[in-house]
Amino acid sequence: MPKPASLRLLVNDRPVNVASGTTVASAILLAGIPTRRSVTGQPRGPLCGMGICFECQATINGTMHQRTCQVFCTEGMEVRTP
Amino acid sequence: MSESWDVVIVGAGIVGAACALECAKRGMRTAVVEANFIGGGATAAGMGHIVVMDDSPAQLALTHYSQTLWQELSKALPEDVEYEACGTLWVAADEEEMQEVQRKRDVYASAGVATEILDGPGLADAEPQLRTPLAGALLVRSDAVLYPPCAAGFLMREAQRLGVQLYRRKVHSAHSGQIRLDDATQLNSKQIIIASGADACELVPGLPIKKRKGHLVITDRYPQFIRHQLVELGYLKSAHSSTTDSVAFNVQPRKTGQLLIGSSRQYGAEDAEVNPQILSAMTERAQWYLPKIGELSAIRVWTGFRAATPDKLPLIGPWPEDDSLFLATGHEGLGITTSLGTAQLLVDYFEGAATAISCEPYLPGRFARSVIRA
Amino acid sequence: MTERFDILVVGAGPAGIAAAVTAVASRKKVGLVDDNPVAGGQIWRAGAAQPVAALAWFERLAASSVARLQGWRVFDSPSQGVLRAEGNDGCRDLVYNQLVMATGARERFLPFPGWTLPNVMGAGGLDAMVRGGLPIAGKRVVVAGTGPLLLAVAAHLAKKGAKIVAICEQAPLHRFVPFCASLLGEPAKTKQGIEYALSTFGSKIHTGCWPVAANGDEMLQSVTLRRREKQWEVPCDYLACGFHLVPNLELPALMKCRIDNGFVAVDDLRQTSIAGIFCAGEPTGIGGVEMALLEGEIAGLAAAGKVVEAKRMARRRKRGLGFVRALSTVTELDPRLKQLATDKTLVCRCEDVSYGRLREHACWREAKLHTRCGMGPCQGRVCGPATEFLFGWKMDSTWSTIRPPLYPVLVSSLGDPDKLEFKSDSLALAGAQDQKEIQ
Repeated sequence: MPKPASLRLLVNDRPVNVASGTTVASAILLAGIPTRRSVTGQPRGPLCGMGICFECQATINGTMHQRTCQVFCTEGMEVRTP
Repeated sequence: MSESWDVVIVGAGIVGAACALECAKRGMRTAVVEANFIGGGATAAGMGHIVVMDDSPAQLALTHYSQTLWQELSKALPEDVEYEACGTLWVAADEEEMQEVQRKRDVYASAGVATEILDGPGLADAEPQLRTPLAGALLVRSDAVLYPPCAAGFLMREAQRLGVQLYRRKVHSAHSGQIRLDDATQLNSKQIIIASGADACELVPGLPIKKRKGHLVITDRYPQFIRHQLVELGYLKSAHSSTTDSVAFNVQPRKTGQLLIGSSRQYGAEDAEVNPQILSAMTERAQWYLPKIGELSAIRVWTGFRAATPDKLPLIGPWPEDDSLFLATGHEGLGITTSLGTAQLLVDYFEGAATAISCEPYLPGRFARSVIRA
Repeated sequence: MTERFDILVVGAGPAGIAAAVTAVASRKKVGLVDDNPVAGGQIWRAGAAQPVAALAWFERLAASSVARLQGWRVFDSPSQGVLRAEGNDGCRDLVYNQLVMATGARERFLPFPGWTLPNVMGAGGLDAMVRGGLPIAGKRVVVAGTGPLLLAVAAHLAKKGAKIVAICEQAPLHRFVPFCASLLGEPAKTKQGIEYALSTFGSKIHTGCWPVAANGDEMLQSVTLRRREKQWEVPCDYLACGFHLVPNLELPALMKCRIDNGFVAVDDLRQTSIAGIFCAGEPTGIGGVEMALLEGEIAGLAAAGKVVEAKRMARRRKRGLGFVRALSTVTELDPRLKQLATDKTLVCRCEDVSYGRLREHACWREAKLHTRCGMGPCQGRVCGPATEFLFGWKMDSTWSTIRPPLYPVLVSSLGDPDKLEFKSDSLALAGAQDQKEIQ
């Protein structure tokens, strides 16, 4: 079985290496940070893993409110969290 | 079972709640009957824009009066009412509309409402997300926004603290000083205020009220995308027309950072379904004025029904057909704004007190003859 | 942009795949639309070794002429026979003669102190994250909640090297075994599965047990568990906690299909109350992969007009499986779970609304208007089932008043797809100059 290709993306300007087929939500968790802050400022991470809870929302390549659990990482992607 | 009151109010929307509080403040034994829950009708559906509007001198007087009352009340409002004095910008797209801005400024000035005229660059500075070039705008700083269901909730709680009773029941009939509820309870009252919005016709047949459907969109949070409520000058044309379906650019920044996108008006549409053509026209118009708004995330769309009268003025005062019946309805798109003024006028009328503004233009009697004819 | 199909299938989990593959065999033009980047739904999510049955279906799908619309989110039905979907490069209108809805289910989450901490996820939620590349080897995981999903998740995570420190099933022991029976896969393998689970996890399995708190500052550090009078704290890296499944009814409700007791009403051929609209899988009753596949096939046949074959398969469904679809999973939850939340515990995570504020209200709609609970991006998908359990608030008003968009979409997607032209980084509005004359 061939080793999964690795790719590099930036999470808040810090490089993160992941296997191809990794979701952006998983990459953010790998970086050890919350995906978002709630309306009262609490740290949050993914809950449902399937695109219905919206806790995994982050900014991808400048577009806000992306459901990162449903987006695969691509080479050079820029992810921002609050 | 039978109970006696000085005033019974049908409907705990923002108008009913405002009336309840005012009646209680003046020592009247007051009860409110609400079939669903506080602030659940048009109050929940609307934008919560507290705005001075000049479709007619009477509308200008009532909205200005009410807006001042809201300003005075604002310090007492709890956080969940989300009162924000962000002001309104009436946006002029071209020179023709700029002349309208000048005219409007003069009309407002004559009523004592302070405004400022912004030119194109001034407008772009105040609202960077607006398309350029635009001709300019009229800034009305004293206008505000709030979250209506919680505003109604606040007014009702204050009323209840002063002893107002709330019945959570549907009214079966209300006339001749008697209100019959759906559980056969009978309330007797010297005065009955019908404040049930577009449903008022159910209790008072022949009321000249028609439902005027609207659509709204709310977005996710984008703080500072816009800073003022932005309304196109064509809004008045849209609100004024009695027969055509129309949309007009009207976007509000909520305190939460969410944007409310409106507005639409339809006559004769009785269903609450979202109309894709109207929604499409409304959002396309918003994108014309705010090109980047299309990229924002829209969370929810809903519809609501304004209670509209033939002359665009509400019905505030006695109903000639019945000595015990009073109306506080027909506010079309200005229910939130004019709720406080409505309450003052009505309760002043009960007491035979001098009113701050003339109540003549809003008296329901102006339609009585046409009702009798029908 | 408009695409036309004889049969459109919404949802590419087992039921949808089965429906699409079956329908296309009848030479119908079939479209399969799904909002995830790859097909499989939840239980056949990529990123793990798939069961043999799944691989066989994926192969059939790949070899078929089913038009694949992967990564498209259905959010509206702007007119009869049309669904509108949003994707990365705009919207499409999908026109169909027959519609098969296979929208699956999601986990039910119940609030308890600390449940909003990062690294507290659903059971399926953590599993999905691991399949999505989250490393779990060497991490300590507590699996909790209820339902057969817990064992399946624990087994998968253990295979990936996770240290399963506890599996807490809220149901008492005597209900535990039949519970396991329904979602673990083929019936013949169920006994094997349970035996495997018990031998693998043994003393780590606790029944009649649930989390009372998740502890930590910025992220999860430990979980407090309770069983009867005993309470103890378990240090861990992840809490995978879900309380069974609730059906995704948003699309069926939008299409005005009749919903009975919280599930889409269907006849033996999976036809809903609306002619030409079928429903297969979890939205018709929580029942797992086996049922979903069979129902998908029945719906695919029925939608393709193969009524005789569909009826035959429907009889097989009645006879063969012996499992009855659970019609309500709420009643299986211990009422003591209602007392986990304190007044400060958040129930609505989108708008940060606490239990204390919610319990002042009499019904879902009133609570929604006055506290904003359910008004956030999830539109009640997380807090709705929770409040239904906690307060007994009926969700009927939600189904009867559902409006588009079913999910948050771009404001531009609320426009007419045929009028708007998309350029790479901006929107050009057709006839923008004319817009101002609308009256």
